[in-house]
Amino acid sequence: MRTAFINQLIHEAKTNEKIFLLVGDLGFSVVEPFSELFPERYLNVGIAEQNMAGIAAGLAMEGYCVFIYSIGNFPTLRCMEQIRYDICYHNLNVKIVAVGGGFAYGPLGASHHATEEIGMLRTIPNLVVCAPGDPVEAKAVTTFVSNYNGPCYIRIGKAGEPLVHTEESDIKLSIGEILRIRKNGDTAVFSTGAMLKYVVDFVDQNNIVASIYSFPFIKPVNKETLIDILNSYKKIITIEEHQAQGGFGSAILELINDLLEEKKVSLLPSIKRIAIKDRFYSVAGSQDYLRKLAGLVLDKKFF
Amino acid sequence: MKYTTDIAREIRKLSLKMVYAAKASHIGGALSMVDILAVLYNEFLNIDPSNPDNPDRDRFLLSKGHTCTGLYATLALKGFFPVKDLDKYAKDGSKFISHTSHYIPGIEISAGSLGHALPVCCGLALAAKRKKKYWKTYCLISDGELDEGSNWESILMAPQLKLDNLILIVDYNKIQSLGSVKDVIDLNPLSEKFLAFRWETFEVDGHDHQALKNVFANVQESNAKPKVIIAHTIKGKGVSFMEDKLLWHYRSPNEDQFNDAIKELNNQ
Repeated sequence: MRTAFINQLIHEAKTNEKIFLLVGDLGFSVVEPFSELFPERYLNVGIAEQNMAGIAAGLAMEGYCVFIYSIGNFPTLRCMEQIRYDICYHNLNVKIVAVGGGFAYGPLGASHHATEEIGMLRTIPNLVVCAPGDPVEAKAVTTFVSNYNGPCYIRIGKAGEPLVHTEESDIKLSIGEILRIRKNGDTAVFSTGAMLKYVVDFVDQNNIVASIYSFPFIKPVNKETLIDILNSYKKIITIEEHQAQGGFGSAILELINDLLEEKKVSLLPSIKRIAIKDRFYSVAGSQDYLRKLAGLVLDKKFF
Repeated sequence: MKYTTDIAREIRKLSLKMVYAAKASHIGGALSMVDILAVLYNEFLNIDPSNPDNPDRDRFLLSKGHTCTGLYATLALKGFFPVKDLDKYAKDGSKFISHTSHYIPGIEISAGSLGHALPVCCGLALAAKRKKKYWKTYCLISDGELDEGSNWESILMAPQLKLDNLILIVDYNKIQSLGSVKDVIDLNPLSEKFLAFRWETFEVDGHDHQALKNVFANVQESNAKPKVIIAHTIKGKGVSFMEDKLLWHYRSPNEDQFNDAIKELNNQ
């Protein structure tokens, strides 16, 4: 996803002279091609994320489309107030990119587990919150945010994730779009971010009769599409690499509740949320190990 | 009004009127920066009240947004909006919030949380550099907000970027929310700190208009160094019973105090 992001950003920057990339002294062997091609639209601000977010706000005020790039919690939690007040309150054209979503940097410990930021960021007005599911979605989200005038957050994984969509699939995202991956049966799995490949493999390898939807947008979500989906399923399973409270599953619960209250859907489906259960993990472990430890797994009996 | 000292007096009176009518706080820090604003807005900033978003304007960002009354009054007197609009200050539904609002003509950013404007100013100054524009970015911060780490991230960064188009002004009135700056976190030696961080550093009596004019004339140079003006000021300046008193960070004048303050200013 990281590679898909930077390649697409370079592609966009070739035709969009407003694109400016700030990095917080991270991105070794990722950001160099951008800095070499566009030195006048690149800056390493050092290990100073509050300053990075503020500089991004200032550059955006002067017409730039500014990407700020760092790892995990650094471009988000570390400078949350600058994101809320300087960037989002002023509704500026800043894109916050965090690599290493969820347990992607699992062995590096809790400091590098990005497992709360979606819950925090999705409460902030004006901010679009994105979590692409594979490199193809990462490319599509990069194109979307590059052409969207306003603040966005993009949670991406690491390097080398397998594809879910085919390389040839040229996805053009509209805001809030939900992507159908499989259509089958009366249970639907809603996946966001890098859990997608796991979900698809689990369903396919176990011959499970279920649908799969990928949510590259956690906020906003296209309500009309969601209503159509809700009318087709008795059971929904949400899965995310994030704390249960405030995360993607919470967002879906809130949306469905409000649609029900507004009488836009008639039945509340059964909703199972697969997410981290309000705890930290303080053992060494790969991403797969920590996902299993945190219970971020599907089970045939869920279907 | 010809003299900046006369304009400063009017800014002080309007600021007092606002906080008195709204029973609002923060008059002390508004009064301490008034002379700086009067000089900057009337003799240095390249701004056009009839075209507040002119892309070639100088940018002035007030970081200590809680002292917005001084800036609102300055902008009104400059002609960005009618002086009578100041009557809306802090009223329900008004754009004149008790911290600066970017929805008001002439105000670049909303500021209320301290330590935010200087990083934004670095972004503005960097944009000017990259676009080869010659406008300048001015940032006015309080002394107390130098406690914020975000400011020091910018203070470290600005010389690296050779932001000689960035002019930082510290309203050094020596009092912060819960006591004197010296007792809370002593900033001294402040000039030496900025010098060590590779800033071109100036100190000035922040109430001496001629001295302010001289220092603002001296910070225009393109020499690859960001500039800081440490303006020594007095909290509550201009109203004797408010001067150098922590209380007037919070208190709003009652009717007698308001009348006394206006009378004293009229006699200056």
